[in-house]
Amino acid sequence: MTQKIVALQATKRYPSKAGMVTALEGFDLTVAEGEFVCLVGPSGCGKSTFLRILAGLEDLTVGEARIVPGDDPRRPLNNVVFQEYAVFPWKTVLDNVAFGLQMRGVGKAERYAVAERWLTKVGLKRFADYYPSQISGGMKQRVSIARALANDPEVLLMDEPLGALDAQTRAVLQEELLRIWEETHKTVLYVTHSIEEAVLLGDRVVLMTAHPGTKKSEFVVDLPRPRDLATTSTPEFAALTGAIWEDLRDEVRRAMEAQA
Amino acid sequence: MSAGAAATGRTGARGPGAWLTPLVGLVVLLAVASLLGLWRSWWWAILGAGFVLVVLAAEGASRRLPFRFQTPFERALAWLFPLLVLAAWEWLSTSGVLNPRWFPPPSRIVGALWDLTVNYDRFSGTSLIGRPWLIPARLTEQGWPGVVALFNESHVWATLSRVIVGFVLGAVPALLVGMVMGLNRTVRTMLDSTMSAIYVLPKIAIFPILMLVFPDPFGEGPKVTVVAISAFFLVALSTMAGVQGIDKVLLQAGSNFGANRWQMLRHVILPGALPIVFNGLRLALGTALIVIVAVEFVRAKTGVGYLVYYHWQVLGTPKMYAALLVVMVLGVGLTALLQLVERLVMPWRR
Ligand SMILES: Nc1ncnc2c1ncn2[C@@H]1O[C@H](COP(=O)(O)OP(=O)(O)OP(=O)(O)O)[C@@H](O)[C@H]1O
Ligand SMILES: [Mg+2]
Repeated sequence: MTQKIVALQATKRYPSKAGMVTALEGFDLTVAEGEFVCLVGPSGCGKSTFLRILAGLEDLTVGEARIVPGDDPRRPLNNVVFQEYAVFPWKTVLDNVAFGLQMRGVGKAERYAVAERWLTKVGLKRFADYYPSQISGGMKQRVSIARALANDPEVLLMDEPLGALDAQTRAVLQEELLRIWEETHKTVLYVTHSIEEAVLLGDRVVLMTAHPGTKKSEFVVDLPRPRDLATTSTPEFAALTGAIWEDLRDEVRRAMEAQA
Repeated sequence: MSAGAAATGRTGARGPGAWLTPLVGLVVLLAVASLLGLWRSWWWAILGAGFVLVVLAAEGASRRLPFRFQTPFERALAWLFPLLVLAAWEWLSTSGVLNPRWFPPPSRIVGALWDLTVNYDRFSGTSLIGRPWLIPARLTEQGWPGVVALFNESHVWATLSRVIVGFVLGAVPALLVGMVMGLNRTVRTMLDSTMSAIYVLPKIAIFPILMLVFPDPFGEGPKVTVVAISAFFLVALSTMAGVQGIDKVLLQAGSNFGANRWQMLRHVILPGALPIVFNGLRLALGTALIVIVAVEFVRAKTGVGYLVYYHWQVLGTPKMYAALLVVMVLGVGLTALLQLVERLVMPWRR
């Protein structure tokens, strides 16, 4: 099994008025090709920071974190679904989704065809010609997901991609993500606050400690695939989420006390 | 329940009393004030009370109107009130309450505007808008030079060309400089404080220097340049602010999706900065008009500012007001033009 994401003792410090703030401390992670790994941890533990570093948008202070490139040099290495959506207000929904392809010089007809296909999958085909200011936050988040998927990167880095959605839309898109992953077997690093979502989607769930973020523990999700929402009502699912919550509870409490 | 409450709430406003009483009050107020000669020392109180009565009358009328007439009524109100002010001015001025020498009645101002528009001033060789109805005749008699001469005699064209040429000459390099300042930290630290210092300097203050610099101190050079300079600093600084104000995560998204330097500029930085850039352009256009009118006051033989000042000097107040009106129309027109451009360039902002 080839390794696709490798992080060794990844440490990130930000300068601040009160000296250096450590966002990430000695974080180790390897993700195999085609693996779906979920990252769960208290707010502020450095999950987004780690994704930005992997994406090459920020530098590490100490250590190593990289994505191993594949054989096809034309294929984009990674794309991020940003926690803040980061859709371009000046582009229509369709142009936003086609953005990566446009940057790579794909012709208009082809990139629009691809973008429309992905818009249909996230249920936004009707809104193709809208501007982001005309759609809701949850819809923007779906545009952001479609934009990353349409670019077909080797690795998907998703930062709470379903965070702004209502429970129903969230459930539908979770199933959609499961289906897409069955089709593509893409390497995914997926940040979420929901233990249920992590267990439903992931092959592995990595827990992080609060401030500074390090790896706390790791759970292998050996629920059979293909999965769907029915998986969440199995006793195995309940046992696993219970165990993870048991492990995380103290960490969350510590994080809250530290902030108080 | 709510229907009943609405009905009882409305009964009070059923009769014409709701709007008639304040109007009657207004007439009484004006009559009493005029009869007793209270205007001279109490004009401010009379105007204030009159305004309140007009508001009460309008609200009373609005409450009596069916819902579907509400919007048309409000639109009419927006037009009717200024007309009412003009009518009041007319009346106060003709009845002698306002001194017509300083505040000529609007009808005379309109007359003066008509005068200025249709007549050619032999003495100065100018007209307000260049008598465009003569263009066909001139074209057959004298060809293009005749048409150019018509343009050259126009005060509006003189002001307009100075504003537009100066604005473009100032704004275009400002966009480039502001962009570079926004993108490059070194350039920014080098230029920012200097430019902010020059920005607060009233540009009219450097007009004398410009007159010395140009070979023809009374020509168009210094005038256009002073407009260009006033526009330049405003546009450059706001372009810089616009570029810097772009949400960092959008820049990250751009580079994450593979935009190269040029694509980044074209697809992320430029559109991201546009809203604030247009703020700057709008301010710069307004400033350009202010500056050119001020310059024309003192150093021009043509232009709308010259017209205002000239008629002030000869105490031709109706024509002075008419010229001021033209300045307003120019300001509104140029701003509307810029807004049109804005809407075309930024369709995502509705
Ligand atoms: N650009 C920055 N400058 C200074 N400090 C930063 C910066 N970005 C993040 N931090 C700090 O690093 C820490 C981790 O932030 P990060 O956004 O990665 O957390 P997170 O795990 O994604 O949290 P959440 O779940 O709330 O999104 C925080 O304490 C934050 O204040
Ligand atoms: Mg985050």
